[in-house]
Amino acid sequence: MHALDNTALDGNAIGGLLGEIFGTEMTTAAATCAACGTVSLVAETIVYLRAPGAVMRCRACTAILLVVTPHGEMKCVDLLGLSALEPG
Amino acid sequence: MSPVTRGFHGRRREPAEQSGRVPPGQYVTSDFPVLSAGPTPHASLDSWTFSIRQAGDTSKSWTWEELRALPAEDVTADIHCVTRWSKLDTRWRAVSIDTLLAQVDHQARFVLAFCDGGYTTNLPLADVTSGQAWLAYDYDGAPLAPEHGGPARLLVPHLYFWKSAKWVRGLELLAADEPGFWERYGYHNYGDPWREQRYAGD
Amino acid sequence: MAGTAVRGRLTWQVATVGAVRPETSSVRTIDLDVPDWAGHRAGQHLDIRLTADDGYVAERSYSIASAPGEPVQVTVERLDDGEVSPYLTEELRPGDEIEIRGPIGGYFVWDGTEPQHPLLLLAGGSGVVPFRSILRHRARIGSTVPVRLLYSARSLPDVIYRPELAASGDGVDVSYTLTRQQPPGWTGHSGRVTPDLLAGVAWPDDLMPLAFVCGPTAFVETVAGALVGLGYPAGQVKTERYGGAGAS
Repeated sequence: MHALDNTALDGNAIGGLLGEIFGTEMTTAAATCAACGTVSLVAETIVYLRAPGAVMRCRACTAILLVVTPHGEMKCVDLLGLSALEPG
Repeated sequence: MSPVTRGFHGRRREPAEQSGRVPPGQYVTSDFPVLSAGPTPHASLDSWTFSIRQAGDTSKSWTWEELRALPAEDVTADIHCVTRWSKLDTRWRAVSIDTLLAQVDHQARFVLAFCDGGYTTNLPLADVTSGQAWLAYDYDGAPLAPEHGGPARLLVPHLYFWKSAKWVRGLELLAADEPGFWERYGYHNYGDPWREQRYAGD
Repeated sequence: MAGTAVRGRLTWQVATVGAVRPETSSVRTIDLDVPDWAGHRAGQHLDIRLTADDGYVAERSYSIASAPGEPVQVTVERLDDGEVSPYLTEELRPGDEIEIRGPIGGYFVWDGTEPQHPLLLLAGGSGVVPFRSILRHRARIGSTVPVRLLYSARSLPDVIYRPELAASGDGVDVSYTLTRQQPPGWTGHSGRVTPDLLAGVAWPDDLMPLAFVCGPTAFVETVAGALVGLGYPAGQVKTERYGGAGAS
């Protein structure tokens, strides 16, 4: 499933943010979608940055995998859409 | 605390004559930025409905034709996004939420708007009644485009614009407040731009 | 020492702007002096963070334009409705300090360690920036991996790095498609990249090529999809999407 509007990016766009949160390179991490089971590289997920937070979606089924909302110095990280996330 | 970058100003606030209309921390834009957390839903008007639900049941539902047959208003409003842009004098054609709620018996104190794409947002009932909120289907004299929430979106201009839910399909009437999508991620439960309530705890 | 390098890479640090040079009327390359730079790989990017005096913060990502071993450089295109790019391309001066985080990326990288795969590089607009890093790295390590670069730009004045690409040397084949305006006598391609154009340029899939596609999302989706349609396994097509107009 492809996102054809130019506001949809990919996991490369939050590589720095995830690297800072997890303490390691995350664009090569394997993300398992809790909704459909598809395993994809974080770099290949669909990412929306033009929102009040960063939203990562499964490219196969568009379910939300991860949401990061920065609030000043803090970040709220929701990983509930992932059944697994393993750094590569 | 990050060092200040010489010469960087972000987007500047408009001149003083507009400053009374611009909440703190906002800048005025003539664009209409599109912010999304997912792919743009494209609803078919044939199957589109707007529903008012309570206690798990649909109390009242309107098809697209039924919605368009309701008395509508031309609304001009300033809108304020939590990502700091404000747009003044936006023009809409919309049905007042009061008109829709008048057709339902309820004792709700809160609403949870639900939308195509799974997005939700919560509001006190007192903030979507008394002429403060609408279901909007035209923007600037033309049908509301999908990327801006068409065919219809909530319009609640006195709160940050994430509360004006795009692709809205109904309101859940609730006795107790229930945080919606961004509210669960730490955005302010109420969202008054004049008190700069962007995040929980502001 | 290893701990210090990791911390520098994953968190913000202050860099000093060195030389700046225009590439086109709206594109500029910026040299950065980064004290705790741990080196980078070709294709990686870094994040830039700017802070206004009222505390407002803006962050954007930019591909690293220089090769591993060269000083850090980024190339930035000014977007009309941008918030950060107008500052970086017009206001920023040598000696200024900005915060950067990086290098970032382990997926959209080419190290040259698997020479059996010919390279196909597909650039949309400023998507050519990471490919300059890849091509420079290839030259620096003396690689003979065959490369084809197809670069889509609006017009000839919009092409970034043209003199450097023209001097690419053996084994690197650069072709252009100009989508909006072509100069008189233009012998390159015209119009957007289509499956037919791609079929004429791409390595046959039985050579096990590795493809990198970089540029605006719509470009990447169209081109990556077309490559898969030509028989490229999805795992051999690497993508990096930039936010273009409306995404800044």
